[in-house]
Amino acid sequence: MEAFLHQFLSGLANGGIYASIGLALVMIYQATHHINFAQGEQGMFSAYIALILIQAGVPYWAAFLLALTFGFVSGVAIERIIIRPFEQAPVLSVVVVFLGLLFIINSLAGWLFTYNVQAFPSPFPAGLGGRYLSAHEIGMVGVTLLMLLVIYLFFRFTPLGLAMRAAAQNPDASRLVGIRVGWMLALGWGLAGAVGAIAAIMAAPIVYIEPNMMGGILLYGFAAALLGGINNPWGAAAGGLIVGVIENLAGAYVVGTELKLSVALVIIIVVLVTRPAGLFGYTTMTRV
Amino acid sequence: MTALLEVRELSVAYGHIPVIHNLSLLVAQGGITTLLGANGAGKTTLLRAICNMKVRNSGAILFEGRRIETWATEDIVRLGIGHVPDGRGTFVHLTVEENLILGAHTRRDRTAVAQDFERAYTYFPRLKERARQQAGTLSGGEQQMLAIARALMLRPKLLLLDEPSFGLAPLIVQEIFRILRRINEEENVSLLLVEQNASLALALATHVYLLETGRVVMDGPASIVSDNAAVRRAYLGY
Repeated sequence: MEAFLHQFLSGLANGGIYASIGLALVMIYQATHHINFAQGEQGMFSAYIALILIQAGVPYWAAFLLALTFGFVSGVAIERIIIRPFEQAPVLSVVVVFLGLLFIINSLAGWLFTYNVQAFPSPFPAGLGGRYLSAHEIGMVGVTLLMLLVIYLFFRFTPLGLAMRAAAQNPDASRLVGIRVGWMLALGWGLAGAVGAIAAIMAAPIVYIEPNMMGGILLYGFAAALLGGINNPWGAAAGGLIVGVIENLAGAYVVGTELKLSVALVIIIVVLVTRPAGLFGYTTMTRV
Repeated sequence: MTALLEVRELSVAYGHIPVIHNLSLLVAQGGITTLLGANGAGKTTLLRAICNMKVRNSGAILFEGRRIETWATEDIVRLGIGHVPDGRGTFVHLTVEENLILGAHTRRDRTAVAQDFERAYTYFPRLKERARQQAGTLSGGEQQMLAIARALMLRPKLLLLDEPSFGLAPLIVQEIFRILRRINEEENVSLLLVEQNASLALALATHVYLLETGRVVMDGPASIVSDNAAVRRAYLGY
């Protein structure tokens, strides 16, 4: 029982990371109907920025905030400079752009920071640790929950959040009330970039930092987004927690740790076959 | 009366398919101008061209004497042109209240916006009852009211209306047209109205343009145009 509880709770903690990546994917998907394959790599790059700042003597939370800002600004820049020109391009072209972005950021990180696996500090004091979870896992849960809450409040209660939701839902009608839809898209990319940065910085002490650190996490995040419903951000967040728990329990009791990653693929396939809209998503009818 | 909106020798195409040819018209300050014409005459396209929405055009469009035909839609809107598009274009997943808040997106004068909320609810009391409901759950008539109310939140000088009667029951249509007349008189908002329901539009309008396949074939004061025998035969059926 004790071991089960440990696996369950640590699954929830990992799930927070998947939830964050899933949320970032959904934020961009809702506005553009594209999956940003480079979401994980953007986060990884921001985590490296944090690491370099910390190694240079900047206090952890200051480095955290600066890396978050970097994630935001680079997200906006990527949308404005790289994605924008492909606004009217066919889906496959955009997919190739996203894949290219993934490899470019990955190689850039390898070139700048080397492919060596490095340790990443955790800001949470060891005393925070409890019977079932380590200090970092508890802190990680706290940070991801706080982030989800802030994002929720932003979209639910601020005029800018409302305008961003409107722009994602109905770009034409948004222009007719004077919303600058292009900027709302860029802002969405920025927010997704910041969320991805948080996920990577929180994951780094566990998976260690290296240019490929987000590969598996992106896959889980994608599974989370699909499971929760690719058009429902809160579904994606819930999906992340569920995927985290399933992954950990399956790894401990069913398939063993070597096959853990395939669990994400199995979830993706099962959802796509049985319930393409996800648990909390809705199907959109298109009149033709 | 001076012209609020002037369209000069406008030609519009979707891709390479021309829809409007060399069209000129004036919308008078404070008036109600209506565009009549059959399906495919280019009425909706003209409204979209005024707001520079997904159409290619040549010619000039002047609003208060300023050329706006190359401006971005969101900047044209900010000048005070409210557009109630066909299909209404409400945000169906957002509440009625959120739709109205978005209508005032470009404004920063909070107290005046709060007053305009009350004003919108005075014109359309039913929207107040449904303030917290998702717009997608409203009836067709209520959605049309919401679309008009949302455009009013902009405090527009000119309101473009694309077939506000479309698909609605006659009683609802009469109510909406009564409110449009009040908006025109009480708020001094000029209207450019596209309609298929000719008798309704002629009763409301001060000035009429008849469109056929992208060209103006006749225009004049509503009272004179509606006395024209050919117009009566083609549009009014008597």
